[in-house]
Amino acid sequence: MSFEINGKPFAQEPRAGQCLRTFLRELGHFGVKKGCDAGDCGACTVLLDGEPVHSCLIPAFRAEGRAITTIEGLGGDHGAHPMQQAFLDAQGFQCGFCTAGMILTCASLNQAQRTDLGAALKGNICRCTGYRSIEDALLGKTNVEASVEPGAAFGRSLPAPAGPDIVRGNARYTFDTTIDGLLHVKLVRSPHAHARIVAIDKSEALKVPGVHAVLTHEDAPSMLISTARHEMDWMDPEDTRVLDDVVRFIGQRVAAIVAESEAAAEEACRRLKLDYEVLPALIDPEQAMAPGAPVIHPDRTTANRIADAQRNLAAETHGEFGDVAAALATSAVTYEAIFHSHRVQHAALETHGGLAWLDASGVLNVRTSTQVPFLTRRALSDIFKLPPDKVRVFCERVGGGFGGKQEMFVEDILALAALKTGRPVKLELTREEQFIATSTRHPMRVHIKAGADADGKLTALQLDVLSNTGAYGNHAGPVMFHSLSESIAVYNCPNKRVDGYAVYTNTVPAGAFRGYGLPQTLIAIEAAIDELGQQLGIDPYEMRRRNIVRDGDPMLSPPPSELHDVLYGSYGLDQCLDLVERAMQADGPQPDLSPDWLLGDGVALTMIDTAPPAGHLADATIALREDGGFDLTVGTAEFGNGTSTVHRQIAATTLATTVDRIRLRQSDTAHGGHDTGAYGSAGMFVAGKATHAASMQLATELKAAAAGAWLCDVGSCVLEDNAVVSGVRRMPFAELVKLARERGQPFAGSGNSGGTPRSVGFNVQGLRIAVNKATGELRVLRSVHAADAGIVANPMQCRGQVEGGVAQALGAALYEEMVIDATGRVTNPKFRDYHLPSFADVPRTDVFFAETSDTIGPLGAKSMSESPYNPVAAALGNAIANATGIRFTAPPFKPDRLFPALHAKFGD
Amino acid sequence: MDLNTITTVARPQTRTQLPAWTAGDAWLAGGTWLFSEPQVHLKRLIDLTDLKWPALTITDNHLSIAATCTVAQLDGLACPSDWLAAPLINQCCRAFLASFKIWKTATVGGNLCMSLPAGPMISLTAALGGVCTIWKAGGGEQRIPVVDFVTGNQRNRLTPGDLLRQIDIPIAALKRRTAYRQISLAPVGRSAALLIGSLDADGTLTLTVTASTARPIQLSFRRAPEASVLRDAIVQQITDDLYHTDIHGQPLWRKHMTLRLAEEVRRELLEAMPS
Repeated sequence: MSFEINGKPFAQEPRAGQCLRTFLRELGHFGVKKGCDAGDCGACTVLLDGEPVHSCLIPAFRAEGRAITTIEGLGGDHGAHPMQQAFLDAQGFQCGFCTAGMILTCASLNQAQRTDLGAALKGNICRCTGYRSIEDALLGKTNVEASVEPGAAFGRSLPAPAGPDIVRGNARYTFDTTIDGLLHVKLVRSPHAHARIVAIDKSEALKVPGVHAVLTHEDAPSMLISTARHEMDWMDPEDTRVLDDVVRFIGQRVAAIVAESEAAAEEACRRLKLDYEVLPALIDPEQAMAPGAPVIHPDRTTANRIADAQRNLAAETHGEFGDVAAALATSAVTYEAIFHSHRVQHAALETHGGLAWLDASGVLNVRTSTQVPFLTRRALSDIFKLPPDKVRVFCERVGGGFGGKQEMFVEDILALAALKTGRPVKLELTREEQFIATSTRHPMRVHIKAGADADGKLTALQLDVLSNTGAYGNHAGPVMFHSLSESIAVYNCPNKRVDGYAVYTNTVPAGAFRGYGLPQTLIAIEAAIDELGQQLGIDPYEMRRRNIVRDGDPMLSPPPSELHDVLYGSYGLDQCLDLVERAMQADGPQPDLSPDWLLGDGVALTMIDTAPPAGHLADATIALREDGGFDLTVGTAEFGNGTSTVHRQIAATTLATTVDRIRLRQSDTAHGGHDTGAYGSAGMFVAGKATHAASMQLATELKAAAAGAWLCDVGSCVLEDNAVVSGVRRMPFAELVKLARERGQPFAGSGNSGGTPRSVGFNVQGLRIAVNKATGELRVLRSVHAADAGIVANPMQCRGQVEGGVAQALGAALYEEMVIDATGRVTNPKFRDYHLPSFADVPRTDVFFAETSDTIGPLGAKSMSESPYNPVAAALGNAIANATGIRFTAPPFKPDRLFPALHAKFGD
Repeated sequence: MDLNTITTVARPQTRTQLPAWTAGDAWLAGGTWLFSEPQVHLKRLIDLTDLKWPALTITDNHLSIAATCTVAQLDGLACPSDWLAAPLINQCCRAFLASFKIWKTATVGGNLCMSLPAGPMISLTAALGGVCTIWKAGGGEQRIPVVDFVTGNQRNRLTPGDLLRQIDIPIAALKRRTAYRQISLAPVGRSAALLIGSLDADGTLTLTVTASTARPIQLSFRRAPEASVLRDAIVQQITDDLYHTDIHGQPLWRKHMTLRLAEEVRRELLEAMPS
């Protein structure tokens, strides 16, 4: 057979059932990505004879004799294709994993399709951007600032350094590498929600040609672990194993097969004989603490950091300030309701997975799709009893995270397989495995009671939370605590009470997810604020103004915390409310809608601590390079959060240079130092501080060296335009390199950050919507978001983070829903049944920033990636209530779920 | 995705070359569904490409759509100006959950054989009175109207080894005035109800209900019904158990949307009637 790929002939023969996607990747065209492998997401789009197709659906043999163009070949010999340049100019990407497919699709649209992008792009999912910047690329808009003078990078809209590689398909994600002699790992997964493995017969599986190892609990370390990764291990219960002899959810891994090919590994998976003793399963979280309920972790105790294993209680909390019951009894108005937030998935386009190998010096290398390389190294070192310097964990570019990669779902298996076989191994999860066997958001039932006096001042706030952590307690406690923290601390109220329970069930585990519990409680609290205000005739903005904390007010949520390191480094909540209210009132085009459509406005606010609690560490080093530029080394990872851009901006600003002279190395334990990880928006607020400190130290060194050479007072030296300057004297950095050479030691600085004290950030979301009372359809007519991010490090990127957060939250509030049946099975583990927002689903959001400067964050900045997600579902619930007069309490607010109540109220 | 259990691909050029059907065989038309899910029970694909069936053939009486005609080919058909129903073709193509990129590969026949309630080619060909021609596994042919071909969610009249050859649409049906309505849970989501009404020269109004029901259901009225007559007919003939339920729409909602869209279809067709 002969294939023409990007103008070059190939004579390789595809396998009979091979799809074009994997064939192209095997031939080295790594720009062809796998998002779903099922034709739904478009990440694998290539051109076949000039026409865009999803290469995962094309039998490879059918491409014989045809011309295939991948992203790498789109620009031809003339550099970038205009669409690639357009995506660079507009920065129409974040993690960049969808970008190749998006560009190839956009480049092939005709004029008619360009006038209906919702339809034209329904086969291309971007999980990060919210599509506005993609539309900008199609419209030819330039969002990046052209050039910035030395020392002025911070606060400017500079492009992501990886951009040119991303648009050309050259950015290397987890699997975009070739390793000779690679073996493939496939996992056998439990068909039972709860069962004990009583017998394993490997013989048939081992007979499959090409199979090297069949690994089960008999082969795995017995150590109890959590998949969750935190700086402090005590935050998560140790309740699982690399491979366990008891399985507690459908989809839990039972065995790992290592083979020459995925096909052989899959065949061996089918032939592995397993006998299970099926155990009673607990699916309904409401039943978890009931007497007689099946106990999921009967052998565990508080020594394993499980609150009460016999009651299926992973974690619990109780606390009260004042006397809520008494206050409610005497309040002018009260509100009580129960809200249910559902199970949603991160759906990062790059699935979990990685590669592992032992190098010549005996170091176990793990290249993986992670937000936490350093914590994963620590876990692997603990589990496999290897010295930390014998384990290296790293990532290059990661295709989206959203919290889902603050876990260890594959690295332990990879390590086990590499250590057992001595061979390089690869494990790449399928999209279905992402759904059934990684983690989800915590579904929560939130029972709220609230009261206010006649002036609209809150008198009482009580929350009772039941959080479903699934089969394992990864993040169970921290998410539950977080859900009951800033959400109520943002309101002044003399009487507050919380009761929280995180319960085990025999379902896919919940874990870290953007928002970390806050969206699930906010939907109840923000509803209560509106409902109380409505009873009193106080509008939602005014009701909030009367109750929000002001700069300096204590931020209180019971029970009392040991941590007292959250401060008002800055305060912009008042501004955010004003910005949203003003924008919502601004004139706009009147929608042309039939009388069936009911209009309503909604608003919701959120506060968030700017870093995770109890320790979040980051080291950074920076050194003057031979060419007068700088090498900056940080531990934090890049997965579309934009920190790579911002770290360079911080360093360039501090060192009076331009970002192009800062070369960034990141997210590799081999570089030394430590970094807790990129979660809780810490990549900027915590790691950015480390970069700032390192750069400051280096700046001091450079000034001291110049002062020494000039024999002048170091206090007279400043950095200016790539040089040290004192009066009329000027020593360019390139000259300082010579000094370094003479003294035999390069100029370098190092810095670290302990993630404390922490500040607070704020977000306010406003929505105007229309609900069709006859069909339940919902349209967003206006979306306004104000964020208090301190000094905004990169307005273009920060806007993108806000838009992306709003889009992801709208997806969860309107469409996305993981359904688990009575047996515990996920019934819709694919994108065509789990509707991610596409271009047509996401409204444009007007983004505003409060004008504040933080005294704690780096150069006045605060974190802003996670929190824009948080108030959206709450604002939507309030808008629907405003439009319909009905308080819906259980998202997603899909037409078929809104319909029964609308029909009951409004009839046909 | 890779179908790793496939060991061979047969590529017959004529009907006589079709291999004897055995367990583990699958017809490969576009392959857009086949390659979208694991198919571990399959060993051999029988590729229909080399049969080289003409995608679209117009005769005096019929538009013949080969089972292997792609959605894009059908969408691109230049229809004669007296085919009043022509807009239906693009409307139904757009009702695909899948992108236009998939239309280039996905086939009309594949959509029928998948027999999903939301299959828009089922809606189209059923509404236009299409008749399937099936090459029976043991030889011979069978003709079945599309409305009878699909019998439920992912169920149809094919038995193992049967091959859908083509769908014939009467030209007369293509000359009818039609009205189209569709709704889904998301703006470009999977159809939860897709209704097509058509008006015959003799005044017969035919309503084809798809997507909301597990199989296509057709209601015919000798002359355009009053709203209440239409509504009663739907309530009577489409019993609650016929409404499909899945993540793309709860049955109660699908039922009400069916009633609502049916009335819109009726009104649109009535307005188009010469008074």
